[in-house]
Order: sequence, then structure tokens, then C-alpha cells
Amino acid sequence: MPYRITIEEVGAGSVNFNCSDQQTVLRGMEALGNRGIPVGCRQGGCGVCKVEVLEGTYRKRVMSREQVSEDDENAHRVLACCIWPTSDLRLRVIGKMVDAVRKTGTAAITVAG
Amino acid sequence: MSMTGVLRPGHAAIRVLDLEQGVNFYKNVLGLLETGRDNQGRVYFKAWDERDHNSLVIRQADRPGIDFFAFKVQSKAVLEKLDADLKAYGVTTERIPAGEMLHTGERVRFKIPTGHLIELYAEKTDVGNGMPYVNPETWVPDLKGIAPVRMDHCLLYGGDIDATRKLFEEVLGFSLVERILMEDGKTDLAIWLTCSIKAHDIAFVRHPEDGKLHHVSFLLESWEQVLKAADLMSMNRVSIDMGPTRHGVTRGTTIYAFDPSGNRFETFCGGYQWYPDMQPITWTFDNVGAGVFYHDRKLNPAFLAVVT
Ligand code: FES
Ligand SMILES: [Fe+2]
Repeated sequence: MPYRITIEEVGAGSVNFNCSDQQTVLRGMEALGNRGIPVGCRQGGCGVCKVEVLEGTYRKRVMSREQVSEDDENAHRVLACCIWPTSDLRLRVIGKMVDAVRKTGTAAITVAG
Repeated sequence: MSMTGVLRPGHAAIRVLDLEQGVNFYKNVLGLLETGRDNQGRVYFKAWDERDHNSLVIRQADRPGIDFFAFKVQSKAVLEKLDADLKAYGVTTERIPAGEMLHTGERVRFKIPTGHLIELYAEKTDVGNGMPYVNPETWVPDLKGIAPVRMDHCLLYGGDIDATRKLFEEVLGFSLVERILMEDGKTDLAIWLTCSIKAHDIAFVRHPEDGKLHHVSFLLESWEQVLKAADLMSMNRVSIDMGPTRHGVTRGTTIYAFDPSGNRFETFCGGYQWYPDMQPITWTFDNVGAGVFYHDRKLNPAFLAVVT
């Protein structure tokens, strides 16, 4: 059965979509062309899809500890590609798609001398 | 380069979040053959047409990424010489005894300036490709999954790709085949290096964080097999990053996708052959999109941002 997912603070408002309990929140968002959470590996490794679940319940799978600490996990700061909704969810995006070279390009060049 | 020193990529050791899920993926979806398990809990694989015992090793850890990447060298004498050359160059090397990895001889391990562990070794058990050395057939029937012919190369991300390139060129005998320049028109954003006549045996992209994995790549024999690989990925709900498409750099046809732990892998075909009298090809920053994804002529945001 589909649950209603609300991503807060995307642009001026929020994004809403339906997501079945058979689909991760990230896949559910992508499947119908919605945006808001950055999409990377979709497999719990890269961390770009990190969200904070403000309200609601979910099932989860193992995620990279480099991206999600135990504290994070306990505080519902998790990876959207590793959670399946078991109720309606309200969440906020934490993850970023950092364009490493252009954002920190100068630093990277300096390091290289 | 008459292929007398470093011969080719030998093995990649990567971390997965769930071992059995990883084994199932690499065996049944990518279609590698499981060749062993050791008492450290590592699982060994090889592609069907590889003759040596292993080319991919996975272990379970709490974060994905790459532990080390190795090259096979021509002989034990070459191994000794390269170890001495590395030391003379100022690189600290470590010897890992034969048998520490299943069916694998002594390894020389060292850290490169981009923070990755690289290994050299001369010996690995020849277990064959499933066909005899006398009067063989042409391929092995009943392979599972995508079934690439070999583990071919990797792309690694780290800070000082200049010093890493120098080490690979000056000590290990690699050559620069292609490069992408940064906006300043001078600094390399990315470099493709070969130790053979392949368009690349290893590549590096400049990145603020050291020791990162972009992808380990597996070779297919035709563009049609690349398309079929995409079908198999969709059937198995594999997370595809990009493709099927073509790289401008090396001209290989390609798919980037992710294993169940978020490690990117590539299944590709083609690319031109390189000889040491050829000069490197340069891509300018404004053409980085076409260099990486030739048809789209733009980077997807994940290319520079998503690594493990
Ligand atoms: S998209 Fe990579 S961790 Fe979710
Ligand atoms: Fe590649």
C-alpha cells in the first residue's frame, strides 16, 4: 500500500509523492520524476541521499557507517535509498551532491602544488 | 613497453556491506565465478576467461570502498627489481607473504600519493578458463549473468594525481594515454594510464578526499553484450548510474552501475589500442562532458560527486 512522502523545504515549498512499502523512498521519488533528494548510488554507499525523518516509521537496511553514524541512525538521519516507508513520512534533506572539483577546485589544485 | 615489467591489473579487493548479498550479486548478476573463501572471510572471484585464480576479492565491512588494487608483474625477478626501484624512489613498501591471499604469491604493497594501496605480485595459480590448453573450444557454455571476460581496470579518486602519475610513469613504466584538463587549462582533472597496449589499465580523477573508488571495470566482447548487460541489470533491479553509452575518452562503450553496497562498477567494450610511440590525447575542461559521456556531452552530477 502506498504511503504519502513529504520532503520539506525543497525550493520555495515541499515535494509530495506516493511510495509503496515495496520501494525505497529514493526510488519512489525517482520513479515518477520527482526531485528533492540527490540521487547517487541508491545502495547505501555514497551518502548523497541522506535525510532526516521528522515524522513517521520505516524499515531500513544496512548503510555505510562512513555516511551514517550510530547516533545518526538513532536520530532518524538515514539514507533515503535504504528506507522503505511503513507509514506516511515527513522528511528533510541533509545530503548534498558535492561537485568536488568545481566547489573545492582551488583547494584541490593548491594541494597538488 | 614490450610488456616485460608490469603486465596487467591482477586483483581488486573491495568492501561490501553484506557479504552474502555481495556474493550473490557478483556471482549471479555480474556473472563472475566464485573461486574460494579464506579464513579472514574474504570471497574470491574471477571472470570466466581469466586463467589466474582470482581478480576480485570482497570482504564485509561497515563501509564500502576499495582496500587495494594489484598488478601482476612478469616474474619474481621483476618483482624484486620494482620493489627496489620503489624504495629508491622513496616509497615505503611492505611484503605480504605468499598464501596470505588464496593461490597468490608474495605481494609488494605500497601507498600511492592519492592514498590508495597498490600491490605488485608475480605468481598466482593458473586454474585455467574452463577449457584445455590443448585443442580448446572457443567459449564456455552455461555462464550466468553478465559474464564479462576479465577485470580490466579501475578508476580511483584522490588528491595528488600528479605525484601518482609520476610514480606510475617513472617507476612502474606506465604511460599517459589521455587526460582531461581543469578550467585553468594546465592542471589535470583526470588521467588515463596504461602499462600495456590497452587504452587504460588504471585511471585517476582529482578529488579532495584521498583513497576513493570510482569504479572497477569488467570487459565485454561486443556492444551487443553491453546492451544485454543493461537488460540483465534492469531485470535484476541493479542501480544503473549511466548508459549504455560511449566514453569520448578511450572510445569504450559503457555502462556505469552500482553493486548492492554502492560500489560503482563498469561493464564495457572496446576502446582503441595504444603503442608507446603515440602521443597522449588531451580534452579541455569545456569538453569534459563529451570526454566522459560522448552522446550526452554533459557530466551527470554523480560522476564527480558519487564515490565510495
Ligand atoms: S544514493 Fe548513495 S547512499 Fe543513497
Ligand atoms: Fe572505466
